[in-house]
Amino acid sequence: MSTMALAPRVVALVLLLAFLLAPQFFAPVFAPLTHNGAPPIYTQASLLDLAIAHLELVALATVGSAVVAIALGVLVTRRAGAEFLPLSRAIVNIGQTFPPVAVLAVAAPLVGFGQAPTLIALFVYGLLPIFENTLSGLQQVSAAVVESAKGAGMGGLQRLVKIELPLAAPQILEGVRLSTVIAIGTATIGSTVAAKGLGEVIIAGLLSDNTAFILQGGLVVGVMAVLIYDAMTALERIVLRRRGVRR
Amino acid sequence: MATHQAAAAPPRQVGTGALARLDRLGLLLVALAAGGLASLPFLTFKANRIAAGAGKTLADTLGTAVAAAFLAVLALVAAVALLDRRPRVRLAAALLGVGAMALAVGFGAGWLTPPGDRFARVAPGGGAWLLLLALALLATDALARLGLSPLLRMAALAGAAAVTVLAFRSGLFDQLSVMREYASRADVFGREARQHLLLAGGSVAAAILIGAPLGALCALSPRIRGAVLPVLNVVQTIPSIALFGLLMGPLAWLGRTQPWAAELGIRGIGAAPALLALTLYALLPVAANTALGLGRVPATAVDAAAGMGMTRRQILARIEIPLALPVILAGVRVVLVQNIGLATIAALIGGGGLGTFVFQGVGQTAIDLVLLGAAPTVAMAFVAAVLLDAVVDALGRRPA
Repeated sequence: MSTMALAPRVVALVLLLAFLLAPQFFAPVFAPLTHNGAPPIYTQASLLDLAIAHLELVALATVGSAVVAIALGVLVTRRAGAEFLPLSRAIVNIGQTFPPVAVLAVAAPLVGFGQAPTLIALFVYGLLPIFENTLSGLQQVSAAVVESAKGAGMGGLQRLVKIELPLAAPQILEGVRLSTVIAIGTATIGSTVAAKGLGEVIIAGLLSDNTAFILQGGLVVGVMAVLIYDAMTALERIVLRRRGVRR
Repeated sequence: MATHQAAAAPPRQVGTGALARLDRLGLLLVALAAGGLASLPFLTFKANRIAAGAGKTLADTLGTAVAAAFLAVLALVAAVALLDRRPRVRLAAALLGVGAMALAVGFGAGWLTPPGDRFARVAPGGGAWLLLLALALLATDALARLGLSPLLRMAALAGAAAVTVLAFRSGLFDQLSVMREYASRADVFGREARQHLLLAGGSVAAAILIGAPLGALCALSPRIRGAVLPVLNVVQTIPSIALFGLLMGPLAWLGRTQPWAAELGIRGIGAAPALLALTLYALLPVAANTALGLGRVPATAVDAAAGMGMTRRQILARIEIPLALPVILAGVRVVLVQNIGLATIAALIGGGGLGTFVFQGVGQTAIDLVLLGAAPTVAMAFVAAVLLDAVVDALGRRPA
């Protein structure tokens, strides 16, 4: 990444960390958005704690969806799982018509309020992009490459690990990134069912009509999403380059 | 892992036993449904809305004789799922199963409710939900394998919608608790459903009006593209509840200070910020897909049209837009489905819509109320997805 592209990201990261560590320092910036002497900075809980809880939830859910979705993607592209391919495609297509709020709201009365329903909603919603990308990534691996690997005496497992997955990796990882970004945004809705996270700040702002809270909650989540997406892209490039895979 | 070893062998010759000849998807679905019915209640009964629920098995619900008949029908469906690989037959079996289940749930709820009792709540239990899931998956798989033409898909959707509406209208499900919730809110439900459609449809229409020309500009000039698309991309990362909330401030100010805005009904709370936020979310996919679609129109087609003496405007209207339409509509499909879901959030800022019931239900821990809001939302999104997919397919198949 060139310095030109890196500079604004570093600035954003420094500002984000500064805001999370010492939010009161930024009070004058948010003060004009409040009225009737309302507090400009959310102080019910530490913003840093909320951000960490938010990211923990996202990480846990996304790792879970990645493991399950990639495994399923591999399964239905093997000969043994081919019977499940048409159905799994249709499910991916239909699954996207379930809004995350609906998943969350149905899960909450069943498993109780707090982190659990949010985790379920994020996990379920995160499956789709990763599964879809794993599927198309694996299917785009050319048959000739697979055949020559077979000719070289590679078994099914070896072909998968050494040939197919590395070739499909860029697309699979794109799916993981997409899921992560969606989860970071969706986790804010979790606060409507009392999950700990940055949505709490936004909801508090909505309830007390305090634009400063809404803005700081929204900004922290938005900036985190952009930075994490970029960081994952950069990390992926480094790893793939090291393993000799070129885009 | 067994999968990898099996991958090397040709399919369906793994063994020669009877088990190997069974359809593996069918086996999974039958196991799911049978396991669910055996271990989880078919219906749950609550003496009133907040009482603890009691699980009722099939026999409790229907009586031994009817339950046996129902199980016989399900056994027939299971046999088809396990043994018959023809998609048409499997679809028919799945539909038979769904029909039988609808009757069992509807009449079962009526029989469980003491006559004249207006407080008892009967809801489908885990067993019924798993059975429905298995049947839906069986039908979905059969439909996917049938590969219906776009027109037939639309006809099937219309047929399914008509039967569903008739089933609900007939009063079959009136004793179910979700319909009890509906009965006490029938007028509000209609209003919120219309509001929901208005929010989702209106925002997508606005996004097309703004996003399509914006996308066309992006296709014309890489500089505009470099300026517009990243900004729209960032908008997408702002969490929805924050964006809804952030627009309240400026719109409240507009409504207070500008008489024309107040006359249009623009206020800080309500539909205006919701509509604006949904429009902003929808802009990126519409603009990006328009740019992509127009960019893909082959230069030879444009050259040929120019050679025939078409003006720039004619080329755009008769050549470029028609050729790019499937890609543009694919973007519209994404945002329509997305906004039908996101419109539930509007309820948080007083914008109405079906989210009203969802959040009320979450507040009261009343899952039936949540379902009253969530199920129609999912149904709307599903209909929108199937319809637009069919349209995109039909356009893509049409000889250009």
